[in-house]
Amino acid sequence: MTRHTLSVLVENKPGVLARIAGLFSRRGFNIDSLAVGPTEHAEVSRMTIVVNVEESPLEQVTKQLNKLVEVIKIVELDGPGSVNRELLLVKVRADASTRGAVLDAVQLFRAKVVDVSPEAVTVQAVGNSDKLADLLRVLEPFGIRELVQSGMVAIGRGSRSISERPQRPVAVPAPVSAIAH
Amino acid sequence: MSEQSGQVSGAQSLVTSLEAAGVTDIFGIPGGAILPAYDPLMDSQRIRHILVRHEQGAGHAAQGYAAATGRTGVCMATSGPGATNLVTPLADAHMDSVPLVAITGQVSAAMIGTDAFQEADIRGITMPVTKHNFLVTDPADIPGRIAEAFHIASTGRPGPVLVDIAKSALQSQTTFAWPTELHLPGYRPVNTPHAKQIKEAVRLIKDARRPVLYVGGGVIRARASAELAKLAALTGIPVVTTLMARGAFPDSNPQHLGMPGMHGTVAAVAGLQKSDLIISLGARFDDRVTGNLDSFAPQALVIHADIDPAEIGKNRHADVPIVGDCKEVIAQLVALLTAEGADGDYEAWIAFLAGVKKQYALGYDAPTDGSLAPQYVMERLSDIAGPDSIYVAGVGQHQMWAAQFIGYEKPNTWINSGGLGTMGYAVPAAMGAKVGMPDTTVWAVDGDGCFQMTNQELATCAINDIPIKVAIINNESLGMVRQWQTLFYNERYSNTDLHSRRETHGRIPDFVKLADAYGCVGLSCESPDQVDATIEKAMAIDDQPVVVDFRVHRDAMVWPMVAAGTSNDEIKYARDLAPQFDEDDI
Repeated sequence: MTRHTLSVLVENKPGVLARIAGLFSRRGFNIDSLAVGPTEHAEVSRMTIVVNVEESPLEQVTKQLNKLVEVIKIVELDGPGSVNRELLLVKVRADASTRGAVLDAVQLFRAKVVDVSPEAVTVQAVGNSDKLADLLRVLEPFGIRELVQSGMVAIGRGSRSISERPQRPVAVPAPVSAIAH
Repeated sequence: MSEQSGQVSGAQSLVTSLEAAGVTDIFGIPGGAILPAYDPLMDSQRIRHILVRHEQGAGHAAQGYAAATGRTGVCMATSGPGATNLVTPLADAHMDSVPLVAITGQVSAAMIGTDAFQEADIRGITMPVTKHNFLVTDPADIPGRIAEAFHIASTGRPGPVLVDIAKSALQSQTTFAWPTELHLPGYRPVNTPHAKQIKEAVRLIKDARRPVLYVGGGVIRARASAELAKLAALTGIPVVTTLMARGAFPDSNPQHLGMPGMHGTVAAVAGLQKSDLIISLGARFDDRVTGNLDSFAPQALVIHADIDPAEIGKNRHADVPIVGDCKEVIAQLVALLTAEGADGDYEAWIAFLAGVKKQYALGYDAPTDGSLAPQYVMERLSDIAGPDSIYVAGVGQHQMWAAQFIGYEKPNTWINSGGLGTMGYAVPAAMGAKVGMPDTTVWAVDGDGCFQMTNQELATCAINDIPIKVAIINNESLGMVRQWQTLFYNERYSNTDLHSRRETHGRIPDFVKLADAYGCVGLSCESPDQVDATIEKAMAIDDQPVVVDFRVHRDAMVWPMVAAGTSNDEIKYARDLAPQFDEDDI
């Protein structure tokens, strides 16, 4: 099994997320992470889906996703050709005696303290999953009280955009009332 | 943009939209949430609404209508239970790629999500079993969604589309404007195949020694029978037609090996199993065709043509994938083969299969006690009603016998529930087929188990002048399940005997009396010498539905058979009898 990152452009309509999540579950695929948000086009949303599958089931799930009427485009983003990031917020136990050491770790990972209380600090970090895992390994000995992490978002490197070129509309057959009956 | 304007109700906009989409027949039942739509529907000059007795009947009728005519079938139901009763036909249409539009009423927009009376999230429920679905809460969206629904249902790989419309949208005032273009950025079916793939396919066809044309339901949906006939004639390649493709190629053509699969002919199964090139046209390598996938056609390369890219390579690797509409794909294969010369050398292979076809022709043992063989009923029905009739089957033994022993010569004359295997499909689907093709004789071939699931639609047929004919193959049991119990469960008949023949009450139910109660002509037949006269009598009645209770031998079994999950190599043409092939002949 290998991890694959799919960027899926979808129409920004109600129910699209349910359609995609349902497709993954009924075809027997597990989603490692999923992030949804707006794009530069108001009518288009972008999902970044990370799945752990072999090559041939990945092809099948991609084809099945493509069949969904509201899915506009699917691009697989590979590691080296793309930038991928996750956001981590973690509440670490830190009193007067340990706070200095925690702050050192935060600085080392270019993370940020976003909230402080007498017993804990809340750290915000952005990075790829390896970097965030490393940070957590360093923070763990101090005591992690609470943790929340976003799904991965990813974008291809270089100047090309996957969302340019809007599709042309389809002509509808004339209404039957317009045709001699 | 607008073809017509002025203030109308959402309900009127819906009816006008359906008319604009070309709808002439709707099968349905009104109820609270859809009620506003039924008021303007009453005044429609174009649309005939047929009031069915159960929404499942409406859905299957729309399927039968679509399968017989090639046009999109339409059914209508109210919210909640009305809509959930459509789920089985929608799933059936999804599996068998039937163009269908289902219109359902939904509770008013403000009530959605409150567990209101007769509320069900039918859009959520039907997501996995429809090609697409919509929820409409703004009346201005009605024409656009209806236009999209018909476009999506009927193009690409056809399928069911559900449009759920809130009662509040039907009741509000709006303007009607039929769209001139659709914005479906994610829906672009590919009809025209890639020239490079056609070239590659032709190269394989010319190099093959043991090719076979594996024809699926896509050829029927694409109306590609004429092109297929040309391809077969040009190349001489043997043809198999799947359960969904019966009629796509004439049974009378000597190149035709019959139906492959679990209950296929020995020749068709061998034709796939021993081939070196499978040319799959609108078929999907279903488990009922391939048997155990790992041992299916081990020496064959595969050309897989389908309009749905997701079918290609799903079950079996495709050496040459071709995405496209079968009509175009086959026409392009014919054109290139004609230009290059169809000079493949298949002579030994054709002779081998002709031998298998002759040696292991379909057959059956007539019961020794003088009782009626179900297969005999099919043979006589085929001869007397002929290839111009439409045959609609339920699911089970009778379905397999109807697929095997009735001769099909033309597409759209065989209609059944192939993928989902929905018992109870036959009577309502036959009703729909007859509405679509009123001048054609329509026979429902049904089992006694199946018939009791949906026979209430006989009332619809009798009242609305839809004179279908029903042949009940009555073996007093759930025959196919009973056959599996005979073969795989030591003849322990758990819950498959319908106990319909009673010592004190005659039969429960008495199908002849039941037919009479429903305003149909009821006939019965229990010996071989009555069969012809009974069928002829049924054929002579054209102003009333006819139900014939064929009381057949209950131990008859469907052969040949490849047991579920085993290899096609394990085919038996009768119990414990495996065919012997002389491989050196190939």
